[in-house]
Amino acid sequence: MTNLSFDDALTRFEPTLGLEVHVELNTATKVFCACPTSFGSEPNTNVCPVCLGLPGSLPTLNEKAVESIIRIGLALNCQIAPWSRMARKNYFYPDMPKDFQISQYDEPICFDGYLDVLVPDQDGSTTVRIGIERVHLEEDTGKLTHAGGSTGRIHGADYSLVDYNRAGIPLVEIVTKVIDGTKHAAPLVAKAYVSALRDLVRNLGVSDVRMEEGSLRCDANLSLKPIGSETLGTRTETKNVNSLRSVERAVRSEMVRQAAVLDSGQKVRQETRHFQESDGSTSPGRSKEQAEEYRYFPEPDLLPIAPDAAWVAKLKSELPEAPAAKRERLQAAWGISDFEMISVINSGGIDLVEKTIAAGCDQAAARKWWMGELSRIANELDQELESLSISPKQVAEVESLIQSGTLNDKLARVVIAAVINGEGSPAEIVANQNLAVVSDDTALLAAIDVAITQSPDVVAKIKEGKLQAAGAVIGAVMKATKGQADAAKVRQLLFERLGVSE
Amino acid sequence: MTDLTKLTAVEIATGIKSGDFSAVAVTKAHLDRISRIDSKINAFLHVDTEGALSQAKLVDEKRDAGKALGDLAGVPVAVKDIFTQKGVPTTAGSKILEGWIPPYDSTVVSRMKQADMVLLGKVNMDEFAMGSSTENSGYGPTRNPWDLDRIPGGSSGGSSAAVAGFMSSLAVGTDTGGSIRQPAAVTGTVGVKPTYGGVSRYGMIALASSLDQAGPFARTVLDAALLHKVMGGHDHHDSTSISAPVPPIVEAAKSLDLKGMKIGVVKELSGEGYQAGVLSLFQDSVAILKDLGAQIVEVSCPSFEYALAAYYLIQPSECSSNLARFDGMRYGMRVAEGNAGVEEVMSATRAAGFGAEVKRRIMIGTYALSSGYYDAYYGSAQKVRTLIAQDYAKAFQKADVLISPTSPVTAFKIGEKTNDPMAMYLNDICTIPVNLAGIGGMSLPIGLDPADSLPVGLQVMSPVMQDDRMYRVGGALEAALLNHWGAPLLDRAQQL
Ligand SMILES: [Zn+2]
Repeated sequence: MTNLSFDDALTRFEPTLGLEVHVELNTATKVFCACPTSFGSEPNTNVCPVCLGLPGSLPTLNEKAVESIIRIGLALNCQIAPWSRMARKNYFYPDMPKDFQISQYDEPICFDGYLDVLVPDQDGSTTVRIGIERVHLEEDTGKLTHAGGSTGRIHGADYSLVDYNRAGIPLVEIVTKVIDGTKHAAPLVAKAYVSALRDLVRNLGVSDVRMEEGSLRCDANLSLKPIGSETLGTRTETKNVNSLRSVERAVRSEMVRQAAVLDSGQKVRQETRHFQESDGSTSPGRSKEQAEEYRYFPEPDLLPIAPDAAWVAKLKSELPEAPAAKRERLQAAWGISDFEMISVINSGGIDLVEKTIAAGCDQAAARKWWMGELSRIANELDQELESLSISPKQVAEVESLIQSGTLNDKLARVVIAAVINGEGSPAEIVANQNLAVVSDDTALLAAIDVAITQSPDVVAKIKEGKLQAAGAVIGAVMKATKGQADAAKVRQLLFERLGVSE
Repeated sequence: MTDLTKLTAVEIATGIKSGDFSAVAVTKAHLDRISRIDSKINAFLHVDTEGALSQAKLVDEKRDAGKALGDLAGVPVAVKDIFTQKGVPTTAGSKILEGWIPPYDSTVVSRMKQADMVLLGKVNMDEFAMGSSTENSGYGPTRNPWDLDRIPGGSSGGSSAAVAGFMSSLAVGTDTGGSIRQPAAVTGTVGVKPTYGGVSRYGMIALASSLDQAGPFARTVLDAALLHKVMGGHDHHDSTSISAPVPPIVEAAKSLDLKGMKIGVVKELSGEGYQAGVLSLFQDSVAILKDLGAQIVEVSCPSFEYALAAYYLIQPSECSSNLARFDGMRYGMRVAEGNAGVEEVMSATRAAGFGAEVKRRIMIGTYALSSGYYDAYYGSAQKVRTLIAQDYAKAFQKADVLISPTSPVTAFKIGEKTNDPMAMYLNDICTIPVNLAGIGGMSLPIGLDPADSLPVGLQVMSPVMQDDRMYRVGGALEAALLNHWGAPLLDRAQQL
């Protein structure tokens, strides 16, 4: 099989995208029982007869989850069904206590919406409207860990452990309509969509949307068709792409892979594929050639969901400002270019910058920290910006310490690293680690006096008027104060001490 | 000395309250009878001797301390093995759940405990409530106290046999297509299926969620009403439970007044396939009801013709999904040979753990729900369901309650119909429409078929949440029949 480059592939084929995003809601309790939803508890402790599917147990619907999904639907410009039902999706798998998942089938709560996303291009950016097919509610499954075997999957494992803490966490599935005509931008469109969706959901406050904890998960459907063709190609579904960067990489590598398959005259197999974080490739999974048989039918244990129209209208009127509107407002307020704004959005740090400014920081400085040093650290730690353990308030505090002369830029970076390292607040770190710029004259004068006694020759030259010789003494003082002194100040005090003037 | 097992629930509760006898004495009398005769009947799968005695002791202490007692305080009750009871084995009559000890109480069980009732133990049933004879139990058939070679009805056959055999004053059962009313009919006891949603299903192992309903077994209509009241009412653990209060069923059972009441006889529930004695006793009861001042009208429910077909699509469909969880992964039986993978363990466990009737229905249901067949089977069956509900709605415009025989036949012989599922399914021809429409239904004894000297039941049907109407008719008819017979019908059963 020939290998085609990404650009070569696009000379012959055009991609069709479809994205399915699962968002775990942050309700206090699970969707069908009263168990807590907290992340990171001991395995199988957040469980009860209902979410363990014990014989006789029955689900009851969490009203807060219904409210959250309706708010997501409204924010995505969807229609809200006046009457919809939960449905059972039947299949056997040990991570599902009931061997069926309570989900929705042909009657989703929200349908037919859109989301406008900003996709960067060489001229700045283009707005792409992504159609939303449906938004539905379902329960999460338990979490399986396969021990032994080389693949980490159930086949070939010696045994598997299951944790049902996650079983019954409310999950919202957001499915796009077919996304066509994106050509070479497909990977960026996919990334921009997931990023915009994440911002939208976070903005609503209904989910933590942490991709690395799995509270936002993306499956990417992709097919290629010859340029100009009306018929869609065979699609693959790449599962559990767990970071924004991976969304882009997964779509890109799947485009290249499918192009090579098609180019060599073979057929793309309809299948699920697994994304490999290590090299950005996808590997084959379960074949989906056979239609899946889930034997959906309406869940008889739950009443239909019939949200009151007035309540839906109220939820709509109470929606927070939409991210797109917010983007425009902030760009105007900060007075920055499209290009600068895109880089803020793409960093995933728009809220962080806004909050940092709200905490009293200058806008340029706020952007500088988040886009610069903090993005660098996030990359290094392979984390998203917002999961760094430093708050916008702390960043603003660091900046104000610079403004007051307590820190210089170099020391500020040390303080930021220490905050992220969990060593305390910026003020505490400055105090405990003695990091402030030395401005106390007594301490400086003492250091200067030491330097004077150590370099009588240089001192003599200065006194003779050769002021350029002062560099050596100033250097010694800076060294003695570990860079915490202000060089200009040292120079001024030294000349005063020696009774010379510039 | 009084035989405490022969008393009604009302008499037991009154006697305990007034200090005539203790709850412990009542419990012991029943436990003694169980240990004496149940080897012949096989009603109980588990007798909770210790739990029953300690609960009875608490009731006596409460009484001695002058504390308020519930209407049924100290009254023994047998629990169909489909209800979870914390710490007590629960099998749903299936080998696949053998040894499972539930960690929680079903709502029905917890309400009976709160009402100071004494739970004697768990009683036999057709596996996962699939059957009309209790022959499908994984733990052997239960026998009818009237004739040990005959079936006690099903699926709640352990419940009917325990009450008819005086091993328990009361019992709870479940009714998905007649599983309370038909066993009551063939054992000469009273059995009630409340309006769907009238009693919580929480902790009741599901057969078909949209049809299942828990209800009481008793030897009198009033006793049944009292137990129904204890079990019933809204439960926030069951979304389908009705939030309105239980209708005034106890008052209705005591009313004995049928003047001005319109009673509809369902034309379609008679004729071919009905035993002659069943039909003649039914006509006798119609005459009695007329004498009591009721107005008798004939009503027609043409869609009932399709009820059995619709039922045997909906019920297996829901059951195929409800029973998926019995996969050997978390509780109950697990069959794992050597290096078997998860799919092999699941299928080996289900192959070994489920009986033939359960497998038959899981396969029918799996097929009916498959894409390409769904509309033709499950979808059409739901439409029939709507038509049946409309037939009832029309009939209830003409009559306050409807009546019919409960079962076309009296108790048949064990083994007689085991190889003919259709013959078995036809037992429920009169009871199934009630479940499909979600209305209330009661069976009460109206006499012995002269041909075989076995009990015959009459079914009273009342509209949704008008359960008091069937108790009113049942109470009045029962009083008139008792007056006519001179002694309860069960007195004519053989002495065990
Ligand atoms: Zn739970």
